[in-house]
Amino acid sequence: MLEIKNLHARIAEDGTEIIRGLNLTVKAGEVAAIMGPNGSGKSTLSYILSGREDYEVTEGEILYNGESILELDPAERAAKGIFLAFQYPVEIPGVATMQFLKVAMNEQRKARGEAELTTPDFMRRVKEASAELKIAPEMLRRPLNVGFSGGEKKRAEILQMSLLEPKLCVLDETDSGLDIDALKIVADGVNALRSPDRAVIVITHYQRLLDYIVPDTVHVLYKGQVIKSGDKTLAHELEANGYADIIGAAAA
Amino acid sequence: MNMQTGMKLSVAETALCEAYDHAIGDLPGDGAVLAARDTLISDFKDAGLPTRRVEAWHYTDLKALLRAVPAFDPAASAAKTSPLVEGSTVLSVVNGLADARATVEGVTVRTFKDALADGTAAEGLAARDGDDAIGRINGSFVRDGFVLDIAAGTELAAPLEIQTVQNAGQTHTRFPVAFGANTKGTLIERHTAVGETAALVTSISDIALGDGADITWVILQTQGAADTHLGQIRITLGADAQLRLYVINAGGKLVRQEIHVVVAGEGADLKLRGINLLGGETHNDVTFTVGHDVPNTTSTEVIRNVIFDRARGVFQGQIRVAPDAQKTDAKMSCNTLLLSDEADFSAKPELEIFADDVQCGHGATVIDIDHVQLFYLMARGIPENKARAMLVNAFVAEIVEELEDEPLVEALEGVIAAWLEKHA
Repeated sequence: MLEIKNLHARIAEDGTEIIRGLNLTVKAGEVAAIMGPNGSGKSTLSYILSGREDYEVTEGEILYNGESILELDPAERAAKGIFLAFQYPVEIPGVATMQFLKVAMNEQRKARGEAELTTPDFMRRVKEASAELKIAPEMLRRPLNVGFSGGEKKRAEILQMSLLEPKLCVLDETDSGLDIDALKIVADGVNALRSPDRAVIVITHYQRLLDYIVPDTVHVLYKGQVIKSGDKTLAHELEANGYADIIGAAAA
Repeated sequence: MNMQTGMKLSVAETALCEAYDHAIGDLPGDGAVLAARDTLISDFKDAGLPTRRVEAWHYTDLKALLRAVPAFDPAASAAKTSPLVEGSTVLSVVNGLADARATVEGVTVRTFKDALADGTAAEGLAARDGDDAIGRINGSFVRDGFVLDIAAGTELAAPLEIQTVQNAGQTHTRFPVAFGANTKGTLIERHTAVGETAALVTSISDIALGDGADITWVILQTQGAADTHLGQIRITLGADAQLRLYVINAGGKLVRQEIHVVVAGEGADLKLRGINLLGGETHNDVTFTVGHDVPNTTSTEVIRNVIFDRARGVFQGQIRVAPDAQKTDAKMSCNTLLLSDEADFSAKPELEIFADDVQCGHGATVIDIDHVQLFYLMARGIPENKARAMLVNAFVAEIVEELEDEPLVEALEGVIAAWLEKHA
């Protein structure tokens, strides 16, 4: 589903290279965890996948279902099924949460040539999905992400993900700032979306989340490259020994 | 009389002076009104339209900007329109003539024409000061409007809407409105136009809130793209009175809205919220002064401007605190979203504080669309143009939502969305 080949990318403003020859393949149905120390390029990778303009790809290729997505803007990528759950969901005063959800769902449907949702259909979907994530209706009446606690923001991201039904889900440190109960709710939400035609990339610092969202593959990112890949036992190894051994071995 | 100063009259100044000579025969008013009018037009001839050399008009050189004045056009046809908020009682002024047939419990309605005819309006016609060009022009020509008296204790069940509908020509209206003690309610003052023929509209609202009155007053100006609108709102707040004043400009080519507030009673609170949606070649000036004259009063002023194309916006805001007005709390902010390289905005905040135990502040920002917010919306599949429109809308919708009056909020958001649809 996703093939990243020799990707090099830098911050557009100052030219700092963050991604330096990254290779990664994620298959449909797979849950891939990406781990790595601070500053290794994890969040940058998530932004590049979703098309944020602040980064510039200088070399390499990102193929999504065999097609390059580098020329597509964020909205076009989203309509093709790429979803980023933000590490820091953005507060937008003046945009009502429900209006935002409806516009997003219908714009994606329009882009795919599907009919817009009727209001009752939309309401039913939101009601069902928010109940699963224990999101109170009052929260949905507020402006987008405004006044949400850290945990509420993360749950709201997963709500958007389940409503938009993307094909490639990228979760950028969705576990940060969550207590254990909220972590379980979020993990259940993600697990409910696991399916043979959908891939999930879980970016995290900690093994903890991977106890609840069990990955098929684990990749260690360091200085903008994947320096080691393995199965879920690799995450346990990192938890026990830290990154030093792997970084040392890769440097040797 | 202009010879005294040796000033050369502009085309618009000449047109106004001539219009006065033509119109005076059939303008309503008794002897006192006529004398007041003569003084106003004579002062106007002496001073002319203000230029940038007059400090209060520094950013709006009316002499240069007002190129022509359309003649009175009694044949122009227009009709009243449905109210902004369904269920409102409408008091309309169509092409300058008031229709006072509506009745509302607790509200005494008279036409301003009657108040001119019997001379009760004469005293209020005087200009505020020597720079009051709007007062002079309006007072010289004013023909109609409404005098409203809201009896003490009245709670308006539905909004009252004062509506002026203009099609070409000139209209000069006045609305003296006295809210008695402990009255509650919403008044919507709308200035709208049919057709695109240039019109000149001047309007002065003279608003007094009695002790404990709790009032929302909304001014919605959606005139035609060639129109000139010169508006003035004079306000006095009694003790513990609360006024939420929304001034929304979404039309006109040359617009000046003056808001002059005297906070005269302890415990009074003013919330001014201004929204200016500017596009094309519009020049839009909001000039605000508030005097906190007694201790323990509060005011907040939030102005949001959205500017496209080659439009120019101006906000002048002055907070004055009298020497014994201790514990005054006044905060003013002006935020502008500039959406074109050719758009322009000038802000002039002024604080004149003569008391020592007060909290007063002001801030002004000029910003572009927040690109992180834009990315977030696009990352959810919302195309760029639509995402931008949502963010522009959000920038102003935020302060409309403070109203917490659902039908009114929806109606105003509808006006804003329609404007953005047309201009963004």
